[in-house]
Amino acid sequence: MMKEVEMAIVGAGPAGLSAAIEAAKAGVHVVLIDENKRPGGQLFKQTHKFFGTMEHYAGIRGIQIGERLLKETEDLGVEVLLNTTVWGIFNKDVLAFIQDEKGGQLKAKKILLATGANENPLPFPGWTLPGVMGAGAVQTLINIQRVLPGRRALMIGAGNVGLIVAYHLMQAGAEVIKVVEGKPTIGGWGVHASKLTRFGVPVETSKTIKRAEGNEKVERAVLVKIDKDWNEIPGTEEELNVDLICLAVGLGPMDDLAWIAGCKFEYLEELGGYIPKHDQYMETSIEGIYTAGDSAGIEEASVAIEEGRLAGVAIAHSLGYIEDREALKRKKEILKRLHELRKGPFGEASKKAKERLLLRRK
Amino acid sequence: MPLERDGVIESKELEKSPGVPSQKRLRKGPVAVIECIQEIPCDPCVLACPNGAIKITPSINDLPLLIEGRCTGCGSCIPICPGLAIFLVDETFSDKEELVSIPYEFLPLPKKGDRVEILNRRGTPVGEGKIVRVLNPKKYDRTPVITLAVPKGLAMEVRGFRIL
Repeated sequence: MMKEVEMAIVGAGPAGLSAAIEAAKAGVHVVLIDENKRPGGQLFKQTHKFFGTMEHYAGIRGIQIGERLLKETEDLGVEVLLNTTVWGIFNKDVLAFIQDEKGGQLKAKKILLATGANENPLPFPGWTLPGVMGAGAVQTLINIQRVLPGRRALMIGAGNVGLIVAYHLMQAGAEVIKVVEGKPTIGGWGVHASKLTRFGVPVETSKTIKRAEGNEKVERAVLVKIDKDWNEIPGTEEELNVDLICLAVGLGPMDDLAWIAGCKFEYLEELGGYIPKHDQYMETSIEGIYTAGDSAGIEEASVAIEEGRLAGVAIAHSLGYIEDREALKRKKEILKRLHELRKGPFGEASKKAKERLLLRRK
Repeated sequence: MPLERDGVIESKELEKSPGVPSQKRLRKGPVAVIECIQEIPCDPCVLACPNGAIKITPSINDLPLLIEGRCTGCGSCIPICPGLAIFLVDETFSDKEELVSIPYEFLPLPKKGDRVEILNRRGTPVGEGKIVRVLNPKKYDRTPVITLAVPKGLAMEVRGFRIL
């Protein structure tokens, strides 16, 4: 007989863990599933102190936030399935998975998809040379495996990921030659950029990579200035001797399961691409299937934590574990904090896009 | 060039920022300099200050306001700032030198007495300085705070250093 649970969460990153905690606290039997051998998502690569308020563990390093969330899920008795890849959703409530090369199925009254994001690729001549890699891989190598993938690094992309990973590379002992950004302005926060510039790492906007060169591995990068329409400016080529080219050119939501389930989607560039439509409490167009974190639109980890909490409360409420009035109070508190997180100039675009994404139920 | 173009805060952007002390306050002794000029949702510095000298209101996106009369120059706010954007400046250290304290998360750490090359916000060398203090207590959570003596007139310029 197929195992039945009240709530299954796919993805044990900040959103999935936060949802598990809220729901389990209310008494829900939660199964948390992750394809990796350790839960925590990207948190365990984040060696820097996080932004936000005390509600978002501000001033605490990502790795420590991961440890805290994990401990809480353990203390609450959340069941965790690791090395488990969910590959399908059937009949809106059955998850099909592979665990240690064996297939399995799980029926859940409520499903939360907190599957995170994929890195965007950036093709250019030479991009298949060893030494060209994504920022996520670089972070795994330096902060988890403790292997330095290059001594002289070039970072492509000055969003928060590019700026932060460039800083981690410096801490790991690499020389970061420069950070370039195709757009005319730095996408990430100024403070992250200033952490680099004050130690002599230039951050240059309106500039991108034209090609990578080298015998069997990266030896050089050729950069070029571009105008606001991304056309090359002739005569501005610049050659750099580097052995690592790190790409941090944005993230896209990982929503295969929501597509398979048949959720309604909307394309919102500000949030990273096609995003499942969801109501204000994170339930998608399919009743009983929820989404939270980067899979519900690319934003900061603090937002993922709050969205996860919101989904956790909403699911516990719909299963009858929290009374109407109490649920509404908690949801309102979380929504208020989410509103604050999206209030500043950097959050404005996400806020507007999220409003367009909102599913209004009849 | 503005901060969003090259990652470097210009002095004139800094002067109008509410987290930066006045010339008058700087002349009185050690004081925090909060170089946080973009509205981002963040406020741990407020709780870190034992004297209530930092306010972020009404929204967590507002820029930190330094109430300069309340700042004693204790430096508690430096290691908590996730943006590593708070420094301590003491223009009254001696006739020839000023002090600047910088959060520094790299190894090896410098030692007291070391001579270092001092860098401005752009990372350009502007002279030589001396390490006078290295603070790395447990509560700083691996964000050591390094205090440098720099030539007179440079404490508001120097924000980095290179071990010689």
